[in-house]
Amino acid sequence: MKIILDHLTKKFVSIHNKKEIVTAVNDFNFEIPDGVLIGLLGPSGCGKSTTLNLICGLENPTEGRIFFGENDITDLPPESRGVGMVFQNYALYPHMSVKANIMFPLENLKGDKKLSKAEIEERALKAAKVVEIDELMERKPSELSGGQQQRVAIARALVKTPNVLLLDEPLSNLDARLRLQTREQIRRIQKETKITTVFVTHDQEEAMSISDLIVVMNKGVLQQMGKPQEVYNNPKNLFVAKFLGTPAINVFDGKIKDGYLYIGENKIRKAQADDQDVYVAIRPEGFIVSEKGVLECEFDRVETTGRDTSIISHNPNCISDDDIRTIVDADEKIIVNDNKIRFDLKDHKTYIFSKTDEKVMNV
Amino acid sequence: MSNKNNLKGWLYLLPALVFIGIFMVYPLIDVFVYSFEEGYNFASQTYNGVGLFNYSYVLHDPYFIQALKNTFILVIITVPLSTGIALLISLALNSLNRFKDLFQTIFFLPYVTNTLAVGLVFMILFKKSAYSDGLINLLLNSVGISSIDFIEGPYWAKMFVLCFYTIWVVLPFKILILTSALASVNKDFYKVAKVDGTSRIRTFFRITLPMISPSLFYLIITGFIGAFKAYSDVVALFGTDLNSAGMNTIVGYVYDMLYGNSGGYPSFASAAALILFAIVLTITVINLIVSRRKVYYQ
Repeated sequence: MKIILDHLTKKFVSIHNKKEIVTAVNDFNFEIPDGVLIGLLGPSGCGKSTTLNLICGLENPTEGRIFFGENDITDLPPESRGVGMVFQNYALYPHMSVKANIMFPLENLKGDKKLSKAEIEERALKAAKVVEIDELMERKPSELSGGQQQRVAIARALVKTPNVLLLDEPLSNLDARLRLQTREQIRRIQKETKITTVFVTHDQEEAMSISDLIVVMNKGVLQQMGKPQEVYNNPKNLFVAKFLGTPAINVFDGKIKDGYLYIGENKIRKAQADDQDVYVAIRPEGFIVSEKGVLECEFDRVETTGRDTSIISHNPNCISDDDIRTIVDADEKIIVNDNKIRFDLKDHKTYIFSKTDEKVMNV
Repeated sequence: MSNKNNLKGWLYLLPALVFIGIFMVYPLIDVFVYSFEEGYNFASQTYNGVGLFNYSYVLHDPYFIQALKNTFILVIITVPLSTGIALLISLALNSLNRFKDLFQTIFFLPYVTNTLAVGLVFMILFKKSAYSDGLINLLLNSVGISSIDFIEGPYWAKMFVLCFYTIWVVLPFKILILTSALASVNKDFYKVAKVDGTSRIRTFFRITLPMISPSLFYLIITGFIGAFKAYSDVVALFGTDLNSAGMNTIVGYVYDMLYGNSGGYPSFASAAALILFAIVLTITVINLIVSRRKVYYQ
């Protein structure tokens, strides 16, 4: 089922200062197509969890409407929306067995939706099979690993066959190895069930790896929405460029002068724009070591982590971090002259952002 | 090294062990011994023989039977009622957004007041004398009920005041424990339940109650023990001559046997104390057995 957020705004009274109004979600306006896995991505406090709560009905919007398909569900209580939700800490009822946990939502159904005991057990088993925990049904949550608990929580959310599945930071309580595994599981479950799934994360790698679409948010404002690789390759503004990618993008103070882009004294390339100061952001994989390269940096060291070789260097104009981190081919020859290293830059990995509004400049 | 540490450890424990030994273990053994010594004389410290006569005497003493009956009524009425009321008040407090701290303070006030002072206040509230009525009687009169002497009147009226008073006194502590237990339940459970359309009653019985069951169970056990040991509250309300007031409790009976008008019978007192011990032990064991099935520990 597709989800439409129509000029959605949520304001809170600040808990620290009763007179202050915090806008957690500011005029959200986008459509989530049917059957996709979409990642809401942003730093903590950017309003992504609030967005999730608005969709599931735990919060009511200050302004705007929410549609599931053609139906306006803005004023419906959570239980009438047909959503399944998985919380960050899973919130499995610790005193109930896995089976009782999964059956719990079905036992709530009343009236003509009421199911017989046999039907409830059958559907619980079916949901458990989807997430591959059907052999753990009699255990208590405390007897399960983090990943298994996570899947029980997903089964509990799926058992009602919801229109929309919502996951709040589903992987952040897992260790690195389990996180990779579980994220594949989530991907597989979503593909199998074809339920429109919205998940919230602050981990850009996680979002990029499993989402069909990502929505990057900052301070309650939608920054950019699109396919993960598209957003990564074409960031609309400096925030998106900085937020996506590990290692992070390198940002330099630069300027455009007489039709050329400069970083410090280094003339980088042609740029057709009025003379002005700009930010130049270069992805770590956008550097090529070259004796006659356009950008000169002070060489520091080479780091090899697994298959990646990174060169750490410094440049007084770099403002994102003290170190400039570049990832190069392991076979590439690293030429250092007099402690200086020179790079050529790949055009499609180099972005220019205006200093006034931090938006990308296509020049 | 570990031996040396062991020695040190015992050395640190020594002061506490000495005090516990002198003031708890020795008297416990002593009471046990007294209870089997027949015809013990305080002054000469002699006795006639060893046997079960003390128990037989106590169990046939109408005053003890009365005390036993009073204590049981008190326990059976006040423990469930006070726990239930405390739970209701805690639930209400927990759902309050404004004035929560204010009400918490108000409900906690009785805890910091003195038993005897509060007993006196209750006595004055419920009293009826030839010249004047207490506030409660004035209220009763205003709705057309004639005055009742709660302090020196019929048995049910006295028992009512005692139960009312006991519940009022034990409430604050129970509310304190339960509000913190309720507050420590993860809010995400309620969010999940809400998204799943769980009714409020079902949420309470299937989620809240199991989650706070350890605290609840603790309150029930300590409540039972506390109520079985009731004494000072009764004195505060009805004075020291509890036997003639017909309001004695088991602990009161023990005290009277030692120091009261009929005092000087440590053997009878000891026997009564051990009977109380047996009762409390039984109830606690039953509680533990029930709890093993019903209480969820994280």
